[in-house]
Amino acid sequence: MVVERPTLETVWGWLDTVPDPEIPVISLTDLGIIRDVQWQDDTLEVTVTPTYSGCPATTIINLDIETALRGHGIEKLALKRQLSPAWTSDWMTDSGRAKLEGYGIAPPQPAGGPQHCPRCKSTHVERISQFGSTPCKAQWRCTDCLEPFDYFKCI
Amino acid sequence: MSDNLFEFLCRMGDNTLVLGHRVSEWCGHAPVLEEDIALANTALDLIGQTTLWLDLAGEVEGAGRDADKLAFHRDVWGFRNLLLVEQPNGDFGQTMMRQFLFDAWHLSQLNALMDSSNTQIAAIAEKSAKEVTYHLERATETVIGLGDGTEESHNRMQAALDKLWPYVGEMFTLDDVDAAMVDAGIAPDPASLRPAYDALLDDVFAAATLTKPQDDFGHQGGKSGKRHSEHLGHMLAQMQWLQRAYPDATW
Repeated sequence: MVVERPTLETVWGWLDTVPDPEIPVISLTDLGIIRDVQWQDDTLEVTVTPTYSGCPATTIINLDIETALRGHGIEKLALKRQLSPAWTSDWMTDSGRAKLEGYGIAPPQPAGGPQHCPRCKSTHVERISQFGSTPCKAQWRCTDCLEPFDYFKCI
Repeated sequence: MSDNLFEFLCRMGDNTLVLGHRVSEWCGHAPVLEEDIALANTALDLIGQTTLWLDLAGEVEGAGRDADKLAFHRDVWGFRNLLLVEQPNGDFGQTMMRQFLFDAWHLSQLNALMDSSNTQIAAIAEKSAKEVTYHLERATETVIGLGDGTEESHNRMQAALDKLWPYVGEMFTLDDVDAAMVDAGIAPDPASLRPAYDALLDDVFAAATLTKPQDDFGHQGGKSGKRHSEHLGHMLAQMQWLQRAYPDATW
């Protein structure tokens, strides 16, 4: 029996719908951690890079990719880890940034801090801590509406 | 050569493992919630880096040991971490002083390793350096904030510096393993990192109103594994008890 291999475009489309386990409003492709998808003969090879080396979501992410692709009938699958070039928040897509902001998390900015409060849009914000509820986030506060919020760190 | 490379990788991985465990001891005990989260995140980064270093060490050794085996199935004399990182947490100030003294060395070591002739080492260094940049930034701010803070916080930070200073020298000593790494273009000569380290410390301590101790005596024996302090065994007893009680348990 000859089964037609799905095109790479189709596979990328499937991966677009796999949510990040910690921040489910964005997908793994929004996050920019899927670096490559290739067919090696009849094996589908997916290259993934971790956001932070100790991020506990990494193993869940690999499991979610595997589950999703197996669900679409991929039988031979290889997940490759790539460390270099190291992940940077610059790889996050524009739609990912917009979704983060809509969710209440300020997207990463090259200036090193949020552009404005994701709720009231005031630019009067202050840092509470460089670290937050996940390795990729820091805690900030709006000095106008006084709401604390997460900022997705720029690395 | 592969023996020396294994030793070197254990040094990198044991530093991050032992410090990562030490810092994680703060989880749920830090003075304020934000610091608790920051400490736990720092520990998490360090443990993540440990996995990368020790998995590679196991691969180089070729004896079927992975990061978990190396972390949980070696005893004190098998560890190659610096004496600095195994020192007890003390108060929050002492923990942050230890972090600063280590981070300042760690970041320049990682920056140098990004040019390593070994591409796997260069990749781990590239990944780790981004995280450690954050660690150093936070440790620097905290050392300055507490050093130049109240009389109480200043005194505690000066006491922490005085206590930990004798463990700084070991980071910059050269032994046969280091020399083999330098010859192979894998890692920098430890002494070459000292001038920039001293310059950074001078700047930070000036801002923190802290005085660097005059005496440059440095305890040795951590990275060679020959003379760990008594603290490491107690830490391992806690860290390894599950694998010792139930060898090879998984979940």
